[in-house]
Amino acid sequence: MSQVAEAPTRSGVESYEGLRLRSLTKQFAAFTAVKSLDLDVPTGSFFALLGPSGCGKTTTLRMVAGLETPTSGTITLSGKDITWEKPYRRPVNTVFQNYALFPHLDIYENVAFGLRRRKSKEVDKAVREMLDLVELDTQARKKPAQLSGGQQQRVALARALINSPEVLLLDEPLGALDLKLRRAMQIEIKRIQTEVGLTFVHVTHDQEEAMTMADTIAVMNAGVIEQMGAPAELYDNPQTTFVANFLGQSNLIEGTVRGREGDVVKVDMQGTIASIPTERAHVSGTDGELGWVGIRPEKVLIAEVGESLDAPGSSIPGGVVSDVSFVGVSTQYLVRMPWGQEIQVFEQNTGRRRLFRQGESVDISWRPEYSFLLDHNQDATAGVDKEDAAS
Amino acid sequence: MTAAVVAETTGASPHPEPQEHSPKRKLTGYWLLLPGGLWLIVFFVLPLYSLVATSLYDPDGSVLQGYDMTWAFSNYWHALQDYWSPLVRSLVYGAVATFICLVLGYLLAYAIAFKSGRWKNLMLVLVIAPFFTSFLVRTLSWKLLLRDDGFIVNTLQFLHIVGADGRLLATPVAVIAGLVYNFLPFMVLPLFASIDKIDHRLIEASSDLYSRPAVGFFKVTWPLSLPGVVSGTLLTFIPAVGDYINAQLLGSPKQRMIGNVIQDLFTKANDYPAAGALSVILMLLILVMVLFYVRRAGTEDLL
Repeated sequence: MSQVAEAPTRSGVESYEGLRLRSLTKQFAAFTAVKSLDLDVPTGSFFALLGPSGCGKTTTLRMVAGLETPTSGTITLSGKDITWEKPYRRPVNTVFQNYALFPHLDIYENVAFGLRRRKSKEVDKAVREMLDLVELDTQARKKPAQLSGGQQQRVALARALINSPEVLLLDEPLGALDLKLRRAMQIEIKRIQTEVGLTFVHVTHDQEEAMTMADTIAVMNAGVIEQMGAPAELYDNPQTTFVANFLGQSNLIEGTVRGREGDVVKVDMQGTIASIPTERAHVSGTDGELGWVGIRPEKVLIAEVGESLDAPGSSIPGGVVSDVSFVGVSTQYLVRMPWGQEIQVFEQNTGRRRLFRQGESVDISWRPEYSFLLDHNQDATAGVDKEDAAS
Repeated sequence: MTAAVVAETTGASPHPEPQEHSPKRKLTGYWLLLPGGLWLIVFFVLPLYSLVATSLYDPDGSVLQGYDMTWAFSNYWHALQDYWSPLVRSLVYGAVATFICLVLGYLLAYAIAFKSGRWKNLMLVLVIAPFFTSFLVRTLSWKLLLRDDGFIVNTLQFLHIVGADGRLLATPVAVIAGLVYNFLPFMVLPLFASIDKIDHRLIEASSDLYSRPAVGFFKVTWPLSLPGVVSGTLLTFIPAVGDYINAQLLGSPKQRMIGNVIQDLFTKANDYPAAGALSVILMLLILVMVLFYVRRAGTEDLL
């Protein structure tokens, strides 16, 4: 490893301590699963590849594991090119979807499998420690089929972790678990990652899971990365309609750019002028250009007609409540605006104010620094139909 | 016999009795057992009883005069003394043929299960295609293939693998080749069933965990295919040991197997007690070997 790090950079490729993908492409017959992907995963990070099924995230993971051969592009790990390395020679281990535990071996031997193949000396000690870490020390002599889903999941994790891979790949590791167990395992895996300090690359279609666990998320769609960043950054300032809709929910309202003023972009939004900070305006900003003004439902404020709102600037009048659903901690309103669009509003049930009823007239508003402006050429419904809505 | 063994190896463990509420439902199981049970009594239990009885008849009787039941256990001792060499030969031929079938069959079943893609069903049909022709006709055609001036013998002579006057017919090679050919499908089908069930991700997982392909095969694929190996070898070995057609058509008296001896004793020598005793010996021998083998293979956990 050290000799690689010391080696002078070859052909202009900078040596990078971490996992680096460069113009990685995978084609299956007529279908391009991954399109010229560039990605840097820093050492020690918990990295999530988030996207709907068929977006190429699992294919990307399998190429890193060596289970799939890239059509073109390179994969480097700590500066070493592993693009064509056999899977059994890569310092990378995988937690498979549905675990892929060896049914003929007991838990102990499943966990010991990788160490035995590498002729490690301290198998017993390492296995005992690892089983302790995942709290399965009492189940060592059981067969995988005798364990519950959550326990099998932990065995899969232990079986991969025990090899101290440079990168641990997790392929939808929690997909087969029920919601409650999944929440518990998310915290558990995050705890283990902090404890062992390895690089985790986690593939998931569950945006909540990605936001809970990862410190960096790359949102993938149709073989390309739409946006990458810390969970809060992606959520607060999405750059595409897909990210705005796939990561949480967004109201996207059509508007026309009316020029810049200082560090804000003025947008005529159905008759109301909205000021959007320049760093949140992902359009060219020329006068007259169309765009989508985006605002998260929980950032929208709702009030009686004429009541003053905790938002500078004018409120948008003329809304009529068309649907109310009370969900305990919050109330979700749909407000039909004069231009026909229904705006989603989530209001925290602080108890300070009565609930609005269906058919009531209301004003809505929001703080302009929370809104964002997206390219009008993008589909306003991209990423809306989340698969995890069903699960 | 074969049926009983198959049931054992494919893990037809007795299902736990479902909760029964009505006496009517309780009886359903017995009604369903009735046709098969009757069949087995008439065509298995009674003949078996008759066979065992015949093996204990007075050896001095004859078909014309009839036999007396003298509990002549000495028949067994005499049969073993007289015919131990075809008996051992049968076991050796059967074992060799089973081993060759296992190697060939495993490769074939593996290829069909993992590599044949959309040709899978066609390949399986081709495996059983020989059954569309009679066993006898197929073995006779091997006689033509292996004949002394046939192209196989000529080629082997040309390559100096056999001598100038070397031949294949009437050699152990011919008999074992015939056994392998005739029983290969019985090996391939259970092997295929086992290998086809193996989740491909397990093999990926073994590769991810530092196993090169050969190691992954012996640590994952092979142990998971053991149920198929056990039933395949049993389905091949048992009929191969008792077979007499291949030895008769492709071999010479030097390659006589125990099946030939029993057939001759029954049909030519009319020595029913000796034939019966040999049949029972063969049956018990195979039964003991099978029980031992199934225990040793330790496949209970896999089934």
